[in-house]
Amino acid sequence: MHPALSVIIFTVSSGAGYGLLMLMIGLHIFGFAPDMTENELLTGGIIGLALVAFGLMSSTFHLANPKNAWRAFNRFRTSWLSREGVFAVLSFPFALLYLFAVWSGGAEVTGFMQVVGFLTIVISLLTVFSTGMIYGCLKTIRQWNSALTPANYIMLGLMLGAALLVTLRNSFNGDIALASSMALVIIVIALVLKAIYYFWLKRVTGPTMKTATGFTRANVRLLDVGHTAGTFLTEEFGYQPDRTIVTLFKVLVFVLGFILPGMIVFGMTDGDASSSQAIGAVILAFIGIGLERWLFFAEARHVVNLYHGAQNT
Amino acid sequence: MRLGLVIDLDTCVGCHGCAVACKQWNTSGTTGALTDYRPYGRNPSGVWFNRIRHYEVGDYPNNKTINFPMSCMHCEDADCVTVCPTGASYKRKEDGIVLVDQDKCMGCNYCSWACPYGARELDREAGVMKKCTLCIDRIYDEELDEIDRQPACVITCPAHARYFGDFDDPNSEVSQLVRDRAGYKLMPEVGYNPTNTYLPPRLTQPIPTDDVRKEGGLAGKVKEWANKTVVR
Repeated sequence: MHPALSVIIFTVSSGAGYGLLMLMIGLHIFGFAPDMTENELLTGGIIGLALVAFGLMSSTFHLANPKNAWRAFNRFRTSWLSREGVFAVLSFPFALLYLFAVWSGGAEVTGFMQVVGFLTIVISLLTVFSTGMIYGCLKTIRQWNSALTPANYIMLGLMLGAALLVTLRNSFNGDIALASSMALVIIVIALVLKAIYYFWLKRVTGPTMKTATGFTRANVRLLDVGHTAGTFLTEEFGYQPDRTIVTLFKVLVFVLGFILPGMIVFGMTDGDASSSQAIGAVILAFIGIGLERWLFFAEARHVVNLYHGAQNT
Repeated sequence: MRLGLVIDLDTCVGCHGCAVACKQWNTSGTTGALTDYRPYGRNPSGVWFNRIRHYEVGDYPNNKTINFPMSCMHCEDADCVTVCPTGASYKRKEDGIVLVDQDKCMGCNYCSWACPYGARELDREAGVMKKCTLCIDRIYDEELDEIDRQPACVITCPAHARYFGDFDDPNSEVSQLVRDRAGYKLMPEVGYNPTNTYLPPRLTQPIPTDDVRKEGGLAGKVKEWANKTVVR
């Protein structure tokens, strides 16, 4: 699959925004971080919503006809893309109500704050799950058609959110021991899940040229693809990443995305950190997960390639 | 009613006539124009509803060239329709034809990701997804003679390798052909239940070539050497 930059930015940025909102609001309304101040919550909420809004705006850049984008909420009943849009838009009023409650009443947890905060968490989780299911539901791309896809989207969103939350807590001189321990646990789970995905990716197979053409009892080879230059299909689905780049990026995903941020937050679990450490972890994690998202698209092999000469998917 | 095509891989000669006829009819049809990019440039490209590929099946000497036209299969379980967020993609209840409402499409490409057969192509100029309409602006046109109320690709096929009809009617020509010639669907394992059906090549005795007389003597050897050396 062609890895479109707008979609990479959309999924990484909105995932991180929702991760931050879920974790920050969760810690706050359930009373795990009583030292959170009004300013800290408002800053975190605005950063989270800004990342989400930036991601959603970026996603409209890959539309060929954005004037019809408002129609994307029409098929909630069947389309995960539509569900993602509906949940994403629905998350804003609840998050804003929560932030309004903090802004007007201070950081003291109230019943209203708990209700809207909890609903924000649920809708955020549904949004990230829907983002994963946009890709996970496609039967045409075997590398995506798995429960691992939405699971990865959720864990990686939470992971970036956790790294952001540690930075947020640190810059407001809050207690980072709990936030960094939580970030460490989430990073480890996300790393294991991603490793499982990459091992599974090596073994997974889909349809072959034989089933695609129906000649299952003989070898089939492409003689002529029938077009002289590229088509929409070859541009959109024909992308073949360089194997060495794939391997290099995979190493970088683990080193930059998981291991280094994991080591940095591990160093913070005693409650002591400098702001450059915390920001460093966030930047490394974003680069690593950005590369992960590039690989997610680049390594997916759409079955239409079988008609253009690929023997298997 | 379940309208669709039967394509006979035994008689298709791979002339691309159906693709050209399709382009000609549909570029001025309801989903036209089928935009061309750089038509006179170095890498001409453009939107086509119908594409023909060519395959070699089997290994020498038991190999055969198969010409393979492909357009929208008008699937029964068309995921391109269910994944569409805007509702621009729809499948007609009355005849099973899958269409794109050009006024509603936002050009997100998602339906083309969901299609295993490569039937959908984005028109980069118009910004909307386009696909085979089964010539809906032709098959229901009562201004036309009855014999002309067929998709352009079917009418034009010089090898008579394409048939159009109702698969729900067991006595229609397409249903009978599928029964008699063991028609099959492409990539059944993805579970889209396509309507268009392909007729496999008939089994024929291979024509032996071992006994073809070879030219002997020095002249024959020189000729053979020259044929191998001179690259045309």
